[in-house]
Amino acid sequence: MNITQRYRYLYKPLLFVAGVAPLAWMICGALQLFGASLGADPVKRLEHECGKTALNFLLLTLTVTPVRELGGLPQLLRLRRMLGLFAFFYAVVHFTVYLVLDLELNLRLLGADIAKRPYITIGFSALLLLLPLALTSTNGMMRRLGGRWHRLHRLIYPIAALAVWHFYWQVKRDVREPLLYVGMLALLLAYRLLRWRARGAARAVPAMGPAARLTSRSGSATAPERT
Amino acid sequence: MLTRVPRIAPSEITPPEIYFNRRTFLAGAVASAASASLPAGDAAPPSESALTYRRNPQYSVSEPPNRLEEIAGYNNFYEFGTDKESPGRYAHTLRTRPWSVTVQGEAEVRGRFNLEDLLKGQALEERIYRFRCVEAWSLVVPWVGFPLSDLLARFKPTSGAKYVEFTTLYDPAQMPGQRSRVLNWPYVEGLRIDEAMHPLALMVVGLYGRVLPNQDGAPLRLIVPWKYGFKSIKSIVQIRFSARQPDTAWNVAAPQEYGFYANVNPQVDHPRWSQASERRIGAPFLAARQPTLPFNGYAAQVASLYQGMDLRRYF
Repeated sequence: MNITQRYRYLYKPLLFVAGVAPLAWMICGALQLFGASLGADPVKRLEHECGKTALNFLLLTLTVTPVRELGGLPQLLRLRRMLGLFAFFYAVVHFTVYLVLDLELNLRLLGADIAKRPYITIGFSALLLLLPLALTSTNGMMRRLGGRWHRLHRLIYPIAALAVWHFYWQVKRDVREPLLYVGMLALLLAYRLLRWRARGAARAVPAMGPAARLTSRSGSATAPERT
Repeated sequence: MLTRVPRIAPSEITPPEIYFNRRTFLAGAVASAASASLPAGDAAPPSESALTYRRNPQYSVSEPPNRLEEIAGYNNFYEFGTDKESPGRYAHTLRTRPWSVTVQGEAEVRGRFNLEDLLKGQALEERIYRFRCVEAWSLVVPWVGFPLSDLLARFKPTSGAKYVEFTTLYDPAQMPGQRSRVLNWPYVEGLRIDEAMHPLALMVVGLYGRVLPNQDGAPLRLIVPWKYGFKSIKSIVQIRFSARQPDTAWNVAAPQEYGFYANVNPQVDHPRWSQASERRIGAPFLAARQPTLPFNGYAAQVASLYQGMDLRRYF
């Protein structure tokens, strides 16, 4: 198998299975299969698990660039779309569990929550912002949008910040876990900041020449690679 | 009005004997309270953890009580970790015997008392109360205990006793959650003296007719059914009568979110979430959310305690 085939027939299917696994585990818990259990409050548990899984996939999506650049694995980009779509999928399930199982479809409560509860306002905004990214994740949309695709998909940074903030804010007291997410996001964003500054410096030093500039840019995906 | 179907067939409910036998570590705890309440000369009880009590029909609710697995498997007891399941998993490290309670402050009778002595001759009753957590979930629980006023009266509080302060055990070896600083340990709660003397305020030693499981606050806890659950302090080792309002754990941790009074009030939201409704643990699918009642449904009995007070300010 060449690298393209390996990604298509091996890595991507494996990632898909890994992405579906949390959902499968939650379904087993809800149905009490294979000893899985969602505890005394299955609704809250589902809500939290889906939210955290969405957050995990969001951060994994943001980890692709540093790992492929630092680890010399440019092909890794081929997995990024699926990671991002799983983040969107779990965010939608998270919201659905909240609306249907927690609020029991009480739209008046939903309206009040979104308007009055800052952490829900924030979470809901993150979900809404993810929607255009999911809708423009197809090859066709990438082609049609061209350079604008990249500008649009930079929304991932504010989305990740909103999602982590949403997590941090809903915790009653024990913020250790949300702080871990704050730390991971800070690292991922710091990497971008440093890279952006390095690139700016490279541009400012003519001696480095256009070649250096090209190499330093190659990792930032100037054109979306088809996967 | 909401109509409720029984959420579980009686045949599906684990009999308390089986539930408690799985937790043999309770046996030690059990003997103390059981011996305190069983008539002298009684033959060995069918199970060591069984308590002698009478049902008090005056204090009951129309809703069915939660299953023991729910009440003992979904706990906020940060002394054993901040997850709801952690107390059930780790509270077996708590040694509930011997247990003593220190009484201090504005009272004629002070000192250190063995729990067994405090419980000696004390008639126990079962009361079915609603339990409303500040996190907007709720339970219905058949507690076994006795009026707090019975206990407090024995210490003869003086006229200087305006408040009562309760303290939970502090021992990180037994309560590993105390090794992390999520709250200022030990956990402290308190009531105004008139609240404490109210007949609804209950000292609890049992649940479903048996000695309290450790994760529910064994061997001695408070239940104040018209207040959010965090007021109902667990595993009490100290009672202090004082002239000034006690600094209570959650109020100190986040004063803008958790007041000293913490009366259940659907009109006053928590800064981050609504208190207008609650989800009943274990309720049928899509039928768990229900409106929260003022004073958790006990307004007729307790609202007069707060006459003339701005309940938005004193939340």
